[in-house]
Amino acid sequence: MNTRLARWTAALVTGALLVVTAHAKDLELLNVSYDPTRELYQEFNAAFAKHWKEKSGQTVTVLQSHGGSGKQARSVIDGLAADVVTLALGYDIDALAQKGRLVPPDWQKRLPHNSSPYTSTIVFVVRKGNPKSIKDWGDLVKPGISVVTPNPKTSGGARWNYLAAWAWAEREFKGDQARVRDYITRLFKNVPVLDTGARGATTTFVQRKIGDVFLSWENEAFLALKEYGADQLEILAPSLSILAEPPVTWVDRNVKRRGTEAVAKAYLEFLYTPEGQNLAARHFFRPRSAEVAAQYKDRFLSLPLVTVDEAFGGWQKAQATHFAEGGTFDVLYRP
Amino acid sequence: MSATIPRRVRDAHRKSQRGAEESPWVRRILIGLCAAFLLLFLCLPLINVFVQAFSKGVSAYFSSLTHPDTLAAMRLTLTVALITVPLNVIFGLAAAWCVAKFEFRGKALLTTLIDLPFSVSPVVAGLIYVVLFGLQGYLGPWLQDRELQIIFAVPGIVLATLFVTFPFVARELIPVMQATGTEQEQAAMTLGASGWKTFWHVTLPSVKWGLLYGIILCNARTMGEFGAVSVVSGHITGKTDTLPLRVEKLYNEYQAAAAFGVASLLALLALVTLVIKTYLEWKQHAQLAEAQSAPEDSLSDPSNTRA
Repeated sequence: MNTRLARWTAALVTGALLVVTAHAKDLELLNVSYDPTRELYQEFNAAFAKHWKEKSGQTVTVLQSHGGSGKQARSVIDGLAADVVTLALGYDIDALAQKGRLVPPDWQKRLPHNSSPYTSTIVFVVRKGNPKSIKDWGDLVKPGISVVTPNPKTSGGARWNYLAAWAWAEREFKGDQARVRDYITRLFKNVPVLDTGARGATTTFVQRKIGDVFLSWENEAFLALKEYGADQLEILAPSLSILAEPPVTWVDRNVKRRGTEAVAKAYLEFLYTPEGQNLAARHFFRPRSAEVAAQYKDRFLSLPLVTVDEAFGGWQKAQATHFAEGGTFDVLYRP
Repeated sequence: MSATIPRRVRDAHRKSQRGAEESPWVRRILIGLCAAFLLLFLCLPLINVFVQAFSKGVSAYFSSLTHPDTLAAMRLTLTVALITVPLNVIFGLAAAWCVAKFEFRGKALLTTLIDLPFSVSPVVAGLIYVVLFGLQGYLGPWLQDRELQIIFAVPGIVLATLFVTFPFVARELIPVMQATGTEQEQAAMTLGASGWKTFWHVTLPSVKWGLLYGIILCNARTMGEFGAVSVVSGHITGKTDTLPLRVEKLYNEYQAAAAFGVASLLALLALVTLVIKTYLEWKQHAQLAEAQSAPEDSLSDPSNTRA
């Protein structure tokens, strides 16, 4: 018993150690992203690996991690070794600069179009036939309407939802702050559950069939429609929404440490090439390139959009006013 | 024994027993309710896992299980179990040995500490390690300077799982060791056996069924742990996803059949665990009963009877 058990234990421990250390020494890139980009980056990573192999001869494997944008930023700050981050909004990358000093403060100027290679917007998803006749933001606060949105504290998409609703209310009530606040309060009274990320909210609405209307990324809405069929869901354009610019950047501190700076930059630049733009458009992200945009014009809804800079004075200000501790969301959200 | 009891007494006994019982209808309703509950909340969901897993056909089921990312998740889960379970066996044996065989100051505190992971939410267990080893935490910067990645990597997952599964082996062993008492070890010692020899030849064989039972439970929890692992994993597909995390990811990526396919593996693991557990439970009871009846036969150390 004595030696047999000892030998077994030794074998088990060595085996376990071998499995842990047996990682190949190939070039590896970790892309930490937000929820609805899963399918886009699965395809994009394969395209980029092919491109990089042709260009440099190196084999690169791009690993993915997805979740609510704010939660993902938090993980990178806590030490998740991301080479590139592709998050839902600028503020979450600003947090990497402020809390973790992982990127320089002017990161957003390093790539074209505010470092956002694609854009999106916020739309409504309703059940087929629109049984509750929802048309615009005003209908969401009616009694008996159940609204699905993720939590603005952890999800980037939810923050865009919140700001789009706020922008509409500002216009509707001609800047009367008391009425805007009342509208937002009543809107969140109609929210039965706040998921942490956009994908969780999608499954809540589509698979668990909770809620009458789902405030969603346009790309996520079209993906849900593609996966679940147009006989289940309908997408509506409200009278006003917001131009969502999901930014990307490389994480300086990690790429320097891991020696992946060149490939990380090339990866992000590839998003701006015609091939990258085409892939984005195919996954329902609005491309920046005018030619690709013209080619995929029919794929996207047409609706008036405000930008966060025009309507809210930029993300820093929007975050401080609405989503920081004690911001309007904390004040107005009473579950 | 019944032969020595007069018939009168026996009849009275039977009658009183019947009086204490519920009427047949109440009994039937209660049993029926219980069975319906088990069917509705246990059997149907379990069957549903397999139905959903095979909803796209047998070949789709097997191709979902052999997807490289799923295979990576299986490898990671097995790795974590191979590290966690042996460590918890060593810890559990040591802790149970201390608690069951010795009297010392702070014993109550130690027993409470062993149970601590049971009362702490797994999410908190995960956050403990983020606060400790995260870049914003106490040891994070020091570790990064030395290129050591603990959280969002395999070591963090192992640590979080270790914490959550800490009590399983110890909790199973303590009652068995207390029941066996110390007299056999004392006998071995007086016959000149060393401490180590006593442990291997006397203590370990006397608790082996309880130990195996603890290992099985510990292993099941290790492979099934979700909350704590989710916090420290970083969710890197193909790298830090364990099987339960893989199930969640597949489900979120609109691959419900594949998600249930992987879930069916975990369900199978649960069923196998259940069968082995029942067998071991039966064996352990036999061993426990033997240990308890032994002191009656031989007039020996009274401390044995306390268990």
